[in-house]
Amino acid sequence: MNVGGAVYILEAVNVHLAFGGVAALRDVSFAVPEGSITTVIGPNGAGKTSLFNCISGFYRPQQGSIRFRGEDISRLKPPARAALGLARTFQNIALFRGMTVLDNIKLGAHVHLKTGLLGALAYFGPARREEMAVREEIERRIIDFLEIDHIRRQPVANLPYGLQKRVELARALAMRPTVLMLDEPVAGMNREEKEDMARFILDIKDEWDVTVLMVEHDMNMVMDISDHVVVLNFGQVIASGEPSQVQQDPAVIQAYLGDGDVETLRRRLNLKTEAA
Amino acid sequence: MRIGDAKQTYVADEALWTSSTQQIWFGLLLLALLVFPFIANSYLLYLACLVGIAVISATGLNILTGFTGLISLGQAGFMGVGGYTVAWLSLHTAVPFPLALLAAGLLTAAVGVIVGLPSLRVKGLYLAIATLAASVFLHFIFSEWTSVTGGMAGLSLRPAQLLGFSFHNDFRMYFMIMPLAVIMLLAARNVFRTRVGRAFIAIRDRDISAEVLGIPLLKYKLLSFGLSSFYAGVAGGLFAYFFRVVTPESFPLAMSIFYLAAIIVGGMGSILGGVLGAVFMTLVPEGLKLLTAAVTPFYPQAPVFMSPLLGVVFGVLIVGFLLFEPNGLAEIWRRIRRFFHLWPFRT
Repeated sequence: MNVGGAVYILEAVNVHLAFGGVAALRDVSFAVPEGSITTVIGPNGAGKTSLFNCISGFYRPQQGSIRFRGEDISRLKPPARAALGLARTFQNIALFRGMTVLDNIKLGAHVHLKTGLLGALAYFGPARREEMAVREEIERRIIDFLEIDHIRRQPVANLPYGLQKRVELARALAMRPTVLMLDEPVAGMNREEKEDMARFILDIKDEWDVTVLMVEHDMNMVMDISDHVVVLNFGQVIASGEPSQVQQDPAVIQAYLGDGDVETLRRRLNLKTEAA
Repeated sequence: MRIGDAKQTYVADEALWTSSTQQIWFGLLLLALLVFPFIANSYLLYLACLVGIAVISATGLNILTGFTGLISLGQAGFMGVGGYTVAWLSLHTAVPFPLALLAAGLLTAAVGVIVGLPSLRVKGLYLAIATLAASVFLHFIFSEWTSVTGGMAGLSLRPAQLLGFSFHNDFRMYFMIMPLAVIMLLAARNVFRTRVGRAFIAIRDRDISAEVLGIPLLKYKLLSFGLSSFYAGVAGGLFAYFFRVVTPESFPLAMSIFYLAAIIVGGMGSILGGVLGAVFMTLVPEGLKLLTAAVTPFYPQAPVFMSPLLGVVFGVLIVGFLLFEPNGLAEIWRRIRRFFHLWPFRT
């Protein structure tokens, strides 16, 4: 879809999602420009992860649609969306704990491989060549790039948190994504790990021609690397635009800090400390 | 101590045996299996055949339960389908044994896929109950469909045939069972070097993120059921050829539990674990009997006390494994290997 010069690779159109009587997303519309880093921010419970789950197909919105390159993909199941090039990572790491790093990453390439059961049993000819090709590609493009060559044979369960996040990113990259969805990629990381991750995300956008859609709470990182920011609050989009615009938006400040001006807040805070 | 196993190519790095030491040991194992029937007595030969059948069946169950995480109590029923298929073919046709076994495997795989249909909706204990129901249903068929299965009396088979060669004793059966067991083990190992096996493990570990990676759950769950049942069917067919009689009582529910115990003791999600578990479960009761016989000259009362105790001792051994080595015999084996890799330095 082409509107005003920008090409939108992924769009949510009037998405409405409710669990029983609780509306998680209300009439949410936004678009992700191709080749951008678009970030969804919002206070806890704003519906960010629900939105991600709608896009990757776990939740089916009651109304509205999700469009990928202008096509409605709302009816597709998660594996079909994966085949289109929608890759994602999870907020609370969803790696396969019993497998090694290498096997986890290879799983990302699943949709691009063809080996069937008989080929797998024989592990000969095409099946073997395919395995070698995928191994080579992963080694060359992903393991080197994400600097995880020293842990490739280790079971994921033993790795520290920051590395697990990186392995999950590696697995998503092995899907050769066109849109990479990252759910809180730097949550719980220390500063150094955050900087590494921010660098990887920027490199992925520039060198891999991948559009990045992420949910993140770390405002410094969001403002530093995003091209486009969408703000959700109570399931509604309250602002969207460039980071600097969004930062100044009164509705956003209100959502994060509560209503009233800064002076009132400060006074409230003082009262609290005095009372304590 | 083994140091450095740097590889030049990915082919070498992804090989089943990554060092020449491993290749030599595997060669020696094959040689031992080849020489064994010529030096073993008839009792050991009989046990070896039983172990071979158990290894195939346990590997099948391990694919389903250990690697894909789908608990099944239908293993005995599946083996029964294979056993009856072979028996029927042997009675009514003159097909050579490889075709009969293939037919047994394929028919059982088809039954397994049908039994596996509920697995998309139900997991864990509920799936165990669903497969248990299937097992009961199969037993009902074995005992009631008299025109095909011979009812409670069962069917008797002629010896397996191949090009006029008759497998009428344990010695010859050994050369049918063992090579098949080795081939099927290697094939199972191969599956887990490719995307099919990885998809199975992904479903076991976290089926939600498996879907996001583009793995259709139903397809792979049914594939796992089919493959696992194929192994069970072939094992059941060999069982029929070996004992040359199948009755509904040949495949009791306790057999399903026997195989579940075998993969738990051996190590779920490890091909080696299935093998070790099957060997352990088949041989330990025999070993305990031998032990009883050995002490009888010194304690004439031993059989009186020991016979009822055998089951208890066997049970205690299994519980001991669950408590002290939940990852099974395969993990113990890994530890031993690690010790020798690092020797003389401490692990």
